[in-house]
Amino acid sequence: MGARKTSISFLNLVAPFLGLLLVLALFSALPEVQSRFLRWANLKSVATQSVIVALGALGMTLVIISGGIDLSAASTIALSSVIVAYAINAGAAPAAAVGLGVLTGGAVGFVNGTLITRLRLVPFIITLGMMGIARGLAKWIANNQKIDAPLTWANELMAKSPHPSWLVAAPGVWLMVLLAVAMAVVLRYTVFGRHVFAVGSNEAAARLCGVRTSRVKVAVYALSGLFCGLAGVMEFSRLTVGDPTVAVGLELDIIAAVVIGGGSLSGGEGSILGSMIGVFIMSFLRNGCTMMGWPNYIQEIIIGVIIVAAVSLDRIRHRRAV
Amino acid sequence: MTRPAAPVWALEMRAVSKRFGATAALDKVDFELSPGEVHALLGENGAGKSTLMKVLSGAVRPDEGEMRLDGRPFDPAGPLEGRRRGVSMIYQELTLAPHLTVEENILLGREEHRAGFLRRREARRRIAEALAFLGHPEIALDAPIRRLSVGARQVVEICRAILDRSRVLVMDEPTSSLTQEDTERLFRLIRKLRGEGVGVIYISHFLEEVRVVADRYTVLRDGRRRGSGAIAETSLDDLIQLMVGRKMTDLFPRQNRAPGEPLLSVDGLKSARMAESVGFLLRRGEILGLAGLVGSGRTETLRALFGLDRAERGRVAVRGKSSRTGTPWRRIAQGMGMLSEDRQGEGLALGGSLTDNITLSRLGPYRRRPFLSRRRRSREAARWVEALKIKARGPDQPAAQLSGGNQQKVVLARLLHQDADILLLDEPTRGIDVRSKSQIYGWIAELAARGKAILFVSSYFPELLGVCDRIAVFHRGRLVAVRPAAEWTDEGLMAASMTGKG
Repeated sequence: MGARKTSISFLNLVAPFLGLLLVLALFSALPEVQSRFLRWANLKSVATQSVIVALGALGMTLVIISGGIDLSAASTIALSSVIVAYAINAGAAPAAAVGLGVLTGGAVGFVNGTLITRLRLVPFIITLGMMGIARGLAKWIANNQKIDAPLTWANELMAKSPHPSWLVAAPGVWLMVLLAVAMAVVLRYTVFGRHVFAVGSNEAAARLCGVRTSRVKVAVYALSGLFCGLAGVMEFSRLTVGDPTVAVGLELDIIAAVVIGGGSLSGGEGSILGSMIGVFIMSFLRNGCTMMGWPNYIQEIIIGVIIVAAVSLDRIRHRRAV
Repeated sequence: MTRPAAPVWALEMRAVSKRFGATAALDKVDFELSPGEVHALLGENGAGKSTLMKVLSGAVRPDEGEMRLDGRPFDPAGPLEGRRRGVSMIYQELTLAPHLTVEENILLGREEHRAGFLRRREARRRIAEALAFLGHPEIALDAPIRRLSVGARQVVEICRAILDRSRVLVMDEPTSSLTQEDTERLFRLIRKLRGEGVGVIYISHFLEEVRVVADRYTVLRDGRRRGSGAIAETSLDDLIQLMVGRKMTDLFPRQNRAPGEPLLSVDGLKSARMAESVGFLLRRGEILGLAGLVGSGRTETLRALFGLDRAERGRVAVRGKSSRTGTPWRRIAQGMGMLSEDRQGEGLALGGSLTDNITLSRLGPYRRRPFLSRRRRSREAARWVEALKIKARGPDQPAAQLSGGNQQKVVLARLLHQDADILLLDEPTRGIDVRSKSQIYGWIAELAARGKAILFVSSYFPELLGVCDRIAVFHRGRLVAVRPAAEWTDEGLMAASMTGKG
């Protein structure tokens, strides 16, 4: 039985991993892009382009494992980017501005979690509302336009050729890797991580066993918010402006990455590694399609097909399991 | 059993009462359990067993009475506190998280950790020891719960209870979904628990199992304790008598009917949800009762018949026209109508008006090119509301606002409006008042007299005896016996339902 379990969790990751290999193989085989696709420079650029969705997906993975959803992720990213630009413009030190951006995200998530547990409403509704509220706040603070801010080190976070050249990749990329490892450890080796799975798997049972389910949920949404806040900082760094209209619809990319990576919208399932693979499948597809000069709509269709295929595979696997 | 001179009960419940609205679910019930005793709690559906156990678990607060656990006052504020004090419940719907492993489930809520990081080695050793003690060393700690059999899941729950040092373990119908082999293993396990001084409250409808595993029994009926004693000093018949205990009432107008030609014949029908295939014959003007315990396969038979579950094998012949698979659409076209046991979930469109509900399964007469005639539907519905004495403001009132009895009449009105020839009625009188019940009995009898054929599923034997021409008894998915109603008695139906011997 032990062997069967490992083979199953292995299978859970093998499907998305094969998907990623397939995408890589596809573009490496196409003569038009072959020479450029798997090159160092391109890989760095794909990694940098993945940072924002990946940070969002770290939090979203927890939310989805706990059986919830966070539709306000993208709006939170925009709000945070606006806050950072606003603060720098107002004369705040870049570090303070960055911290403020992250905390803003955390505050949004905390409010989400508190409302969900206090009002006992489904996360879909609360975060749908928050999606509008955060977006509106961002536009209000930015006076409905982009906020220009003087260049500081905060703009270096997403630089493809970072300043101390020994860094090799953008600091944002390293941050993403570091946080992904940290979250994977949290999910696997801490009491909190176990409780997140338990709440998503059978909330009533978790409560009966003495798990403080409301606390766990508030923490999960607050974490998701913090990650979105950080993603907003990266968005600001990339654009060098605070833009309240940025990242519209990005929450769906984030959710898609988690789902492609094996997260189940009914809760109890998902992994950080899976979600990260999901993020990279989408990034490499975008990157490859752009290189091929394929129009945007082709990318959209392919990604749509992958989401449906990934989830159908998941269903088939489960039917066999039960 | 020998007890010390001043017995300290593992659990003592004194004069526990609980009312829900006008009905007394529990009326001054006493209950006591010694350490190391297996105590069977018996009674019919609705006798008060589950309410009593909910009081014990802390899920329901009693109106009166007191409880003592190991001699100390026990008044749990909720299931969690009950559990912490040493009362564990093993329900039919398991309280395990399906995605988590055996280890994770057993430790859930009491994980050992250092600075938030799990420390697993010591706990794993203890769990493995406990599983070995329970006689199930083959259950892997890292197996996710959803991959385990129902029997193994139960063992995991019991293992959790032992590691929690539970004093009282409640098992609610633990064998209803177990194989024979798993059942025997469970009994061995229960004996081990008894050896450890754990008190086990064992709820089951299977009286023969109870005689094998239990030391003492308590019978509840209509919310009161009707008897208690040592299992060895009683007989099956005595227990059944205590549980049934009532006289037949004259709610049921007997009519003389002469069943006509066969209308429905079922031969070897089996769906994935049915344990065994089922066959019977239903004639015009006949009421066939389907008796049995909850979960014995009656509802599943009706569902397969009506095409709600796909039939794997067997044939259904309506008026001599035979087919295997059916869809509800096709069955309705053949003149079948079904009343679901789940009135609110399946029986009614709760948000819809009475008109919508009554006319839904036959809208043909109201078709007017692309539209439906609202006025004619409403008028027709009003006719049925009056005919069935449905208490409503009018045909446009939402079904959700009606009482249970009146909602059931609306469902019945739909079948009548549909002019179904074959009526499948699944617990048509469940949870409705006596007046509506006797009205429904009357209509069923009248429908049969008018040449309809009726399948009547019920867990309440007196009404089957009073209404049906023949009664078929189900036991664990098998159709045990079909006999004319006159050849059955209340006790006989109970015995056949519980033992499978008819």
